[in-house]
Amino acid sequence: MTERVYEVVIIGSGAGGGTVAQALAPMVRDGVRILVLEKGPRLADGEFTGREMEMATALYEDGGGFLTADGTMTLAFACTYGGSTVVYTGTSLTAPERVVRHWNVPGLDHADVVRRSEKYLRENNVHLLGPDALNDNNRLFVEGGRRAGYHVEQFPVNVKGCRGSSFCNLGCPNQAKQGTNRVQLPAAERDGVEVVTRAEVLRIEVDRSVVVRVGEKPAGGKGAPSEWAPGDYRVRGKIVVSAGGAIGSPALLLRSPLPTPRCLGDGFTCHPALILVAEHPRAITNDVGHPKSFFVDRGAEERFVLETCMYFPFTTAKAITGFGAAHSAMVRAFPRLQMILVLACDHATPGNRITADAAGKPVVHYRFTPETVDGLVRGTVASAKIFFAAGALRVHAPFADPPLIDARDAARVEALITTRHWRPGKTTVSAAHLMGGCGMGRSAADSVTDVWGRVHGIPWLRVADASLFPDSLEINPYVTIMALADRVAEGIREDARELLA
Amino acid sequence: MAVLDPVRPAFRAVGQTVVPEAARLTESEWAAVEDIVEQALATRPPRLQRQLVTLIRLLQWLPLFRYGRPFTALDPTHRTRFLAAIQDAPVLLLRRGFWGLRTLVLMGYYARPVAATEIGYQADPRGWEARRP
Ligand SMILES: Cc1cc2nc3c(=O)[nH]c(=O)nc-3n(C[C@H](O)[C@H](O)[C@H](O)COP(=O)(O)OP(=O)(O)OC[C@H]3O[C@@H](n4cnc5c(N)ncnc54)[C@H](O)[C@@H]3O)c2cc1C
Ligand code: SF4
Repeated sequence: MTERVYEVVIIGSGAGGGTVAQALAPMVRDGVRILVLEKGPRLADGEFTGREMEMATALYEDGGGFLTADGTMTLAFACTYGGSTVVYTGTSLTAPERVVRHWNVPGLDHADVVRRSEKYLRENNVHLLGPDALNDNNRLFVEGGRRAGYHVEQFPVNVKGCRGSSFCNLGCPNQAKQGTNRVQLPAAERDGVEVVTRAEVLRIEVDRSVVVRVGEKPAGGKGAPSEWAPGDYRVRGKIVVSAGGAIGSPALLLRSPLPTPRCLGDGFTCHPALILVAEHPRAITNDVGHPKSFFVDRGAEERFVLETCMYFPFTTAKAITGFGAAHSAMVRAFPRLQMILVLACDHATPGNRITADAAGKPVVHYRFTPETVDGLVRGTVASAKIFFAAGALRVHAPFADPPLIDARDAARVEALITTRHWRPGKTTVSAAHLMGGCGMGRSAADSVTDVWGRVHGIPWLRVADASLFPDSLEINPYVTIMALADRVAEGIREDARELLA
Repeated sequence: MAVLDPVRPAFRAVGQTVVPEAARLTESEWAAVEDIVEQALATRPPRLQRQLVTLIRLLQWLPLFRYGRPFTALDPTHRTRFLAAIQDAPVLLLRRGFWGLRTLVLMGYYARPVAATEIGYQADPRGWEARRP
């Protein structure tokens, strides 16, 4: 096994890993060698084509088809230089005060999270899109939402030179989204941080070394070959930062021979989501323009958030319940479809956790609690009201039987859409806001890390990603992940003298 | 050997029930659908591939008890009725198995660029520029 020596080893290059890499990069000038190990490949700008299967296969874990243990929910997360920031939509919100208060992590102050978030909002060019950039799909949400009595807000987004291709979740073909692949990682590399792609960390050892497998570029696959020759490596470090994401980090720590806290893997949440569609009488602009410009936040009151969205042919067909002629007719109405994403604000629940199988692969155990299902149903009812208020002829609601609701039944949506029709395994539920598993807290009795991402009892091991969340954030998470990763980096700088000695 | 080889006729019969327009696919169009499905399956564990084949076999032979004929010998109405019952089966394993198979069919059919055009999907990397005169 080839050996390499660095002072700081960061595992994962997404929202968390990219942030830590950039924040620690100035230490390179003082002779500190910093390495980022990323399991996925580094794609060239021209490789982002917007073609659904091609990009999903190249960017997502399991091509976007990663399922929970009982197969009732698909989890979307990316595996590439930049992690899930390559496929996110770039909506940029700061953590709500009530959520940070509810997390109740000693030393975690909402004002501190906001201050750090603001730094990244500036760095990532976060702003509101002008009216010219908005498509009908978004405008109808605003009109319908206001008519139906909801408080509709505009999403700040982190784009620069957005052409409105609507391909955000397949990676931006115009390099407009300001993910860590565009901002933090290139900055870190300019300062001398090394990033090695196609490098999967198999385990972290007690002597602070990490065992890495560097893979070959598959024939015909996208992305550059790894910066290192394929093979197995032992990388000796002094500080190790796990930033593999809410599934990657718990799984890695679970398969590592380390004295980690017993609650490792617990507290997984993910904002389970439904893609809803409604048919309008005329064609609307939906597959052009930035897809996600507005939202309705009913998290505190009704456990759901609604967002505008627009997906691709297969993803849309998969989201529509059922099959046969009625299903086909809805898919074929594509140019007339309005779409809304309903996200449930789930909460950390015993049993909803990440484990590792015999081969060390992550297994996500997730059970829908009645409260989560209620959030999805209430969100579906609200969406149906918005769709009809916007002029839709028909709404597809997976919690109705039959799922197609005609405009003449618009006044009855509350009676038609109910938890009674919830059938796990029948409805397509997916999630992209994966959180928890290495939650922050007081001690090893209730958490995996402290408020600086330090794993209890293992001061040289830090966690810096969405797995730090002790419970769900109830809004889009990437800015908060960056804010927490920024804290982790500060903690490392403070402890560096001692740890690097 | 391709994963679908042992169950190809039953897979296609399910495919035509899930997406009725698939009944009009030519042999080479079916090959394109199945190629997408095979590519997706290639990266999945062999255990999952075996489970899929078992499920398709089950769907092929279960109708024998109810209709006295295998799935491929049923008319479209009975195929639809049978799959609707599976989709709503009280057993999670069956519901989720059918959901997975339905997902593969939809992937194979709608991920083809020609199907995207057929349904009026026009997204383009040039965004607004490609749409506004
Ligand atoms: C489709 C989609 C849309 C989204 N839209 C938004 C949005 O609009 N706004 C928002 O706020 N959030 C959004 N999110 C969520 C957001 O992208 C994630 O919450 C965030 O990127 C998570 O950051 P992370 O650092 O925890 O993990 P990731 O960004 O997922 O990065 C983890 C990285 O670690 C790598 N890794 C894992 N294990 C290992 C290992 N053992 N060895 C080496 N590397 C490893 C992975 O390959 C991956 O690249 C979206 C997510 C998705 C999937
Ligand atoms: S809509 Fe804008 S940000 Fe999204 S992929 Fe297209 S150009 Fe990029």
